[in-house]
Amino acid sequence: MEKLKHIHGRIVAIPVNDIDTDQIIPARFLKVTDKQGLGNAAFCDWRYLEDGETPNPDFILNKPEYRGASVLIAGDNFGCGSSREHAPWALLGAGFKAVISTDFADIFRNNALKNGLLPIIVDVDTQQQLFSLAEEDPGTAVSVDVEGQALTLPDGREVRFPLDGFSKYCLLNGVDQLGYLLALDDDVQAFESSNPQRVTTTA
Amino acid sequence: MTNNGKPRTLFEKVWNAHIVRDQSDDSPAVLYIDLHLVHEVTSPQAFSMLRERDLRVRRPDQTIGTMDHSTPTTPRNDLGIIPVADVMAAKQLDTFTKNCDDFDIPMYALGDEHQGIVHVIGPEKGLTQPGMTIVCGDSHTSTHGAFGALAFGIGTSEVGHVLATQTLLQNKPKTMAVNVEGRLSDGVTAKDIILAIISRIGIGGGTGHVFEYRGEAIRSLGMEGRMTVCNMSIEGGARAGMVAPDDTTFEYIHGRQHAPSGADWDAAIANWRRLPTDDGAVFDKEITLRADELIPMITYGTNPGMGIPINAAVPTPEAETDFNRKIALDKALTYMDLQPGQKLLGKSIDVVFIGSCTNSRISDLRQAAQFIKGRQVADSVRMMVVPGSQQVKKQAESEGLDRIFREAGAEWREAGCSMCIAMNGDQLQPGQYAVSTSNRNFEGRQGKGGRTFLASPLTAAASAVAGAVTDPRTMLTGLN
Repeated sequence: MEKLKHIHGRIVAIPVNDIDTDQIIPARFLKVTDKQGLGNAAFCDWRYLEDGETPNPDFILNKPEYRGASVLIAGDNFGCGSSREHAPWALLGAGFKAVISTDFADIFRNNALKNGLLPIIVDVDTQQQLFSLAEEDPGTAVSVDVEGQALTLPDGREVRFPLDGFSKYCLLNGVDQLGYLLALDDDVQAFESSNPQRVTTTA
Repeated sequence: MTNNGKPRTLFEKVWNAHIVRDQSDDSPAVLYIDLHLVHEVTSPQAFSMLRERDLRVRRPDQTIGTMDHSTPTTPRNDLGIIPVADVMAAKQLDTFTKNCDDFDIPMYALGDEHQGIVHVIGPEKGLTQPGMTIVCGDSHTSTHGAFGALAFGIGTSEVGHVLATQTLLQNKPKTMAVNVEGRLSDGVTAKDIILAIISRIGIGGGTGHVFEYRGEAIRSLGMEGRMTVCNMSIEGGARAGMVAPDDTTFEYIHGRQHAPSGADWDAAIANWRRLPTDDGAVFDKEITLRADELIPMITYGTNPGMGIPINAAVPTPEAETDFNRKIALDKALTYMDLQPGQKLLGKSIDVVFIGSCTNSRISDLRQAAQFIKGRQVADSVRMMVVPGSQQVKKQAESEGLDRIFREAGAEWREAGCSMCIAMNGDQLQPGQYAVSTSNRNFEGRQGKGGRTFLASPLTAAASAVAGAVTDPRTMLTGLN
């Protein structure tokens, strides 16, 4: 995982509540065995017309003025539904570095953080302000300081967002969480020796 | 399990018993995992990671694999094999076989007599037991909470963590008591309970929480009904849902392949009886529903929170005061091609799907078969019945349920996730309407452009016969 300390990027808004991971990447794209190349599948059924190939000119991500946006502003409860980690893989593949919403589904949030895609929780007023800014001026950009947990809006206003210390450490240092768990092997062995195995699948 | 005199919830007891390292300001808790279920779709990248880092699977003896998501449910060929026509699915299944072989994980391949949906086979084999921690790279892992286990879905990175270390980093969730008081009326089932709960709290209402389903209506359900309820906890935003184990639980587990036996059984029961929430324990949130006020439920929209009593009208966006919710409702009705204020009763449908980890167990199939016996599926309807596992299929066939479905004009298929996820050849065509016993009605979930009404197996069977959305209670006469 690459270090993530700052993000500066243009915003694009999909002001829809409860965007589920089936919309972020439909299940038919889950037959892969790696993480690469999923960017084209991001929001596939919204992005393309019925033939699945022709870009839908009305969908915001297809509008030329929003190309290259790296911060997605979304409606409430983003990422609900399936646990597929293909959702953050697809968003990263499509060039996003952060998603801003009032709320994220638990599994999506965990998955995003493990891949260096930053879920930023803001209050509803900030969300609505960003929706308006994105619509009025496609050139609108925001800055994010991961260390300071601060989102800076175009008017200079700074909005703080929550981020647990452990995830922050991993993002800033570009380390994944597995190394931490592997280093606890003695603790795991101690747990196993004092707690009987519950089931044996190989029996 | 120490108590220190403070009353604890079922969740807290299971959580505390699995802490390898407690939560601190710097790091989440490290939780020990008793059972890890793996399948072909969310595991390949985790196994690749193990190979890249030269790691082993720490506890293959606490891991089990099955093929379910991308597998076809079409009939076997003359050699008894279920052919996989989709090249990408075949490659994914081959990769899964190799991964399980290389890392010594027991696995049920497509067509094996124990193969099936991961959340059907865990309980069926007696692997799912009270007080355990169970994870799987699938959000419907919450199903196993019906046994008083703490069970939740994880992402693929976390699948890698559990494969390599048998532990997970987790922030402690909050708790929410979901009380369902009173008794269900005839024709109203576990599925209607959970659809009613989700329509009340909304699709994000349980975010950050673990549900404990309590009350007379829950206690009166059999294990398969409790599994249906817990299965859809995630559709209310909760990662896990639990039911305190009781005699119904023990009776279900007893004698199954991986259940404790002899003296171990007695010791296990004694432990399990200590799991239920103590009197006076406090939940972070609490809601109560009356089961006797429920009627069959159905969804009209594009998320499982958009549900109504089957005889009610589709909501009107103009009546919605919250702007974002109004937009969402407008969008849903446009996708579903429904009018505000319209009744769903009598709405023509094209497909009925009975199956999925929500409603594909033997009691679901019995209920649907009993209803459909002596009746015919409407000519305009394609009805698919997909058993949750090969064992469910075998049991159903031994009871002649397959014949009942076939004689009524329904398709009787091989076991798998099938049309719930539409990545295996079973799917709706654009514009089609389905009454489905599965768990998600998201746009395109059952096939691009397809429109899903979620309902119980009884409502699905009644709608198949009528060719339109139908309240099963109007057709119950003459049934035992």
